[in-house]
Amino acid sequence: MRRRIEDNVALSLIWGGAGMTILFLAWMLWHILSNGLSHVSWEFVSSAYTTIGETSGIFSMIVSTIYMVVLSISIAAPIGIMTALYLTEYAKPGSQLVKIIRFCTESLAGIPSIIYGLFGMTFFVVTLGLGFSILSGALTLAILILPVIIRTTEEALIAVPQSYREASYGLGSSRIYTIWRVILPSAMPGIVTAVILSTGRIIGESAPVFLTAGMVTRIPESVLDSGRTLTVHLYKLTQELFTVNEWNQAYATATVLIILVLAINLLTKLIASRFNKAAY
Amino acid sequence: MNKFDVKELDLHYGDTHALKGINLPIPEKKVTALIGPSGCGKSTLLRTLNRMNDLIENVTIKGDVKLEGKDIYQDRNVAALRMKVGMVFQKANPFPMSIYENVAYGLKAQGIRNKKVLDETVETALRSAALWDEVSDRLNSPAFGLSGGQQQRLCIARTIAIQPDVILMDEPTSALDPIATHKIEELMDELRKKFTIVIVTHSMAQAKRISDKTAFFWMGELVEHGDTEQVFTAPVDERTRGYVNGDFG
Repeated sequence: MRRRIEDNVALSLIWGGAGMTILFLAWMLWHILSNGLSHVSWEFVSSAYTTIGETSGIFSMIVSTIYMVVLSISIAAPIGIMTALYLTEYAKPGSQLVKIIRFCTESLAGIPSIIYGLFGMTFFVVTLGLGFSILSGALTLAILILPVIIRTTEEALIAVPQSYREASYGLGSSRIYTIWRVILPSAMPGIVTAVILSTGRIIGESAPVFLTAGMVTRIPESVLDSGRTLTVHLYKLTQELFTVNEWNQAYATATVLIILVLAINLLTKLIASRFNKAAY
Repeated sequence: MNKFDVKELDLHYGDTHALKGINLPIPEKKVTALIGPSGCGKSTLLRTLNRMNDLIENVTIKGDVKLEGKDIYQDRNVAALRMKVGMVFQKANPFPMSIYENVAYGLKAQGIRNKKVLDETVETALRSAALWDEVSDRLNSPAFGLSGGQQQRLCIARTIAIQPDVILMDEPTSALDPIATHKIEELMDELRKKFTIVIVTHSMAQAKRISDKTAFFWMGELVEHGDTEQVFTAPVDERTRGYVNGDFG
């Protein structure tokens, strides 16, 4: 009898926990979407931002965000994937260098993001003279997402069955050929996951971005121009909420952010499953 | 003529002395079976023959392993060795690719891209592995769609495709049902005409059926080796007699 009560209590707590998670997510989504969706229009996403008039849009922020994502990932992904490959395929497990790399990635992952911003501002913006620019921002964010890419890729590589490596080496293949033909394709879904997680991180960051890429609302003409990403824009809007119109813009921007993140998730999942099929 | 000559071979995994002073000739174009209880060192010896133990940490090897008179541990070209000494593993381990790509893998790794050469080799290898008739109409479908026995024959075909002299087999039928096992044994009977085969097996019946020579291992030592007939019917050593009679192991 007591057993059954304990069981039921445990079960309801577990169900309750799971239910709360869904509830919070649904509640938040509903809150943002119900306030924002009606203010999202083609005009809103396709026109420039102005502080006067009613037709202010977020086109330049969408462009800056895309620049930022593409550039950060193209810098961090190759470095991260190669580091993970070194750790799993080349290094002797437990060697001093492996320990140092592990320590570095773990430390990097634990640093508050605003400190990356501060570093980026002094190093990339000032010392290297890149100025407040998309490039400075992307370099800073690349360091920020590096630990996620390394760890997730490493886990994906470790999960590749040892028997694939044995089979490949047993046929006289070189290490690089084995990595290229067998290990990377098998780990690809995990690597894509790493990219998804990083993309979410890049879109979500605000502090390190405005400290390095600035807040200029024009469309950046090159990577050396300053640009304002959607998240920074949302942050900026919430700083100066005076009129109903500004409230609406903030919610509408949040809505676009959420839709963007969902779309990226779906797209990358689609690519991953395509890739899986292509492996056959 | 001997394909391999193993002389005074000692192998340590860290502190474990896994092989103790092994002396074993392996004759060309014959089937040599390595038998003995689990942990006796038979698989370890098999893996020294194509240097698969290189993939494991903390392995130290002393002594000679000569392939056609040349010490394979002096030569640094491990890839060339493994093309000459192919391996089939305990569990069929096809790549997550099509049947065709699996068989063509070894050739492509050598940089061979000629479609005609690849097509011909794939067909020949699949025919030699007695798999062609079963898969010729679906070469581009995934290898994972094959049955366990077919997958193992695919792995044999993949090895044959790189045209080795020697095929090492590490308990190739231990995960297969009797019918699939029978097919692989029949196949080995064909393969022995062209290849030197070294097989590790847990099944004494299998060793008796397929091998010309048998070597019995016991706790890292090579206790006895000779013609299979002799080892099974008139073993010299007390331990060999006990093992082949099923008293232990």
